[in-house]
Amino acid sequence: MAKSEMLQTAERGASISKKAPHEKYLEAFRIMLQTRIFEEKLASLYRGGLITGGVYLGKGQEAVSVACGIFLQKGDVFAPLIRDQAGRSAFGEPLIDVARTYLGSRSGPMRGRDGNIHRGCPKAGQLAMISHLGAMVSVVVGKLMAKRMKGEKGFIGLTTIGEGGMQTGATHEGMNIAAVEHVPLVMVATNNHYAYSTPNDRQFACADLVDRAKGYGYEGSSVDGTDLAQCLEVIGAAVKRARAGRPPQLVVTSTLRLAGHGEHDDASYVTEDIRREPFAKDALQRTEQFILEHELLDRAGLQQIRAEITAEVDEAVSTAQQEDAPVGSEEDWCAVSTRALADRPSLAE
Amino acid sequence: MSVTYLEAIREAQAKLLREDDRVFIYGQDIAGKFGGAFKATKGLAEQFPGRVLNTPISEDAMVGTAIGAAMEGMRPIVEMQFADFSSIALNQILNNAGTQFWRTQTPCPITVRLPSGGTKGSGPFHSQSMEGIYSHYPGLVVLTPATVEDAYTMLIDAVAIDDPVIYCEHKYLYYHLKADALPTEKLPIGKARVVRPGRDLSIVTNSAMVHEALAVAQQFSAEGIEIEVVDLRSVKPLDTDTVLASVARTGRLLCVGEAFPWGGVTAEVIARVASEGFHLLDAAPARINAKDTPIPYHPNLWSEHRPNAKTIAAKARQVLQE
Repeated sequence: MAKSEMLQTAERGASISKKAPHEKYLEAFRIMLQTRIFEEKLASLYRGGLITGGVYLGKGQEAVSVACGIFLQKGDVFAPLIRDQAGRSAFGEPLIDVARTYLGSRSGPMRGRDGNIHRGCPKAGQLAMISHLGAMVSVVVGKLMAKRMKGEKGFIGLTTIGEGGMQTGATHEGMNIAAVEHVPLVMVATNNHYAYSTPNDRQFACADLVDRAKGYGYEGSSVDGTDLAQCLEVIGAAVKRARAGRPPQLVVTSTLRLAGHGEHDDASYVTEDIRREPFAKDALQRTEQFILEHELLDRAGLQQIRAEITAEVDEAVSTAQQEDAPVGSEEDWCAVSTRALADRPSLAE
Repeated sequence: MSVTYLEAIREAQAKLLREDDRVFIYGQDIAGKFGGAFKATKGLAEQFPGRVLNTPISEDAMVGTAIGAAMEGMRPIVEMQFADFSSIALNQILNNAGTQFWRTQTPCPITVRLPSGGTKGSGPFHSQSMEGIYSHYPGLVVLTPATVEDAYTMLIDAVAIDDPVIYCEHKYLYYHLKADALPTEKLPIGKARVVRPGRDLSIVTNSAMVHEALAVAQQFSAEGIEIEVVDLRSVKPLDTDTVLASVARTGRLLCVGEAFPWGGVTAEVIARVASEGFHLLDAAPARINAKDTPIPYHPNLWSEHRPNAKTIAAKARQVLQE
């Protein structure tokens, strides 16, 4: 990501006179803002009928997600889920990959074979999630074991999950095997209080999901997912502990999903009471407010960053929109990489 | 010297571990002195420290872990304790491993060993033949070795393949099949083998049923009826050409499978022959499978549940008389 001049100046300024609460605070804020602007664009494309399939937003979870990606380095493994645009960007996913995948460009990483948030670039350490929640946890474990077998050092893996995904068998098996294999895993579980439409009292009955850390042999911590400084602090510390060889880390964050499950969903089931809870605050708004109050940036500076991001987003979207869609007649329809072993009964042709 | 089907599997794994640093074996009870529920890895953990690893009872995570390791350049072999338990890992195998290359262009070279098929007294949950389920989904290679030689060479080939491979080893054959020595030649993956040439009827089958079919062919030969037996070896890809060539010689087809009767390998073979080789057939193609119930525990019931030499012979006679 090209860092704006304004931001660089602001960071320099901040480090001198007005100290940001975390060294990555402004960088993280910019990614959060980029995520929000980009996702609003995606939502509007969806409403205009220009995106086929679903659109899934991370609205309200940008602070947690950006903190998941921003501490990762080359050689690390990131297995994001559906509300992790900010984390994906922080770990280096180019915006054009997102635009191409959502808009179905044949030039995108998934080439029209898969869409929306089911994208990734395993070679760059970003795994492509499958929809079955918890399935990626053990895949990260395998990546980390292989790195260790190959003699690599200093790497970690980070995966995200929600309070709904925490209830699957795959999550349980994956969390347990990570501890058994002593791999450097950070698992960030965001309790956004609704799994699609289902509230917490029908997902789990324990007092706090972080209590599970002990049961799995993890080190657990909790954080207010609407507070960027805290997210950076707590998730950053968990990443550091994993890198130092501590047991797997479970970080449980609390937020409210400020959108539907996907853009097809009006989230009318979210109660007024829950919207008044502290965890229902908008993390991005809080961050902006903090930045202005503490004069890390002024309004003009914010405005300039917003304009820069809007231009970047528009460029990614218009590039992807001009690209060709995949064509069935040019698709090779071969699901195995060993082409000689493709099963092609002539009756299917 | 003689070598059993089970020993061939163990020897193949020893060779793979010896010659390829990327190989490790991951499964339940496979390490230490124990060496697996069937001893398919006996001695290997001691010989190759850190590369034959016991796992928790977590079939989903075992395969998920193998997928991650394979994407990172390793060649993991997962041993399921019984094929039946791989149902717990269906999601990882079908949705994660099977879609990975198609979606991300990242090869996912895992080999999942499934101790498959029935033995006396094993009952509903330790007897299943699951090759049909795995073959139904895209992105997987599905193998069912029926001989000591194939057990050895096909496992070595499986690990070399850049795609997920489901390797169905038949538990009944573990101790019952013996060869003089490990093979020095091999037939490539994806090729079926005519194990007995014939003239009057083709029996197309796989895994342990190859041996039941051979017994029937032997019995008919005494009456002057020559049955050709085709061992599919690889269920996916399916060697339709070899099957059609056999039917072209005999004009009659009987498919035999140990799996449940709805759909599956026998249905697929018949569908292909009926649609591509209808003109080759002198009689309606037939098939015989296990019965459509869970696999029974008691030997008296079990031996009637699966196709056996008697029921195969009766079916063969029907097809021959048509």
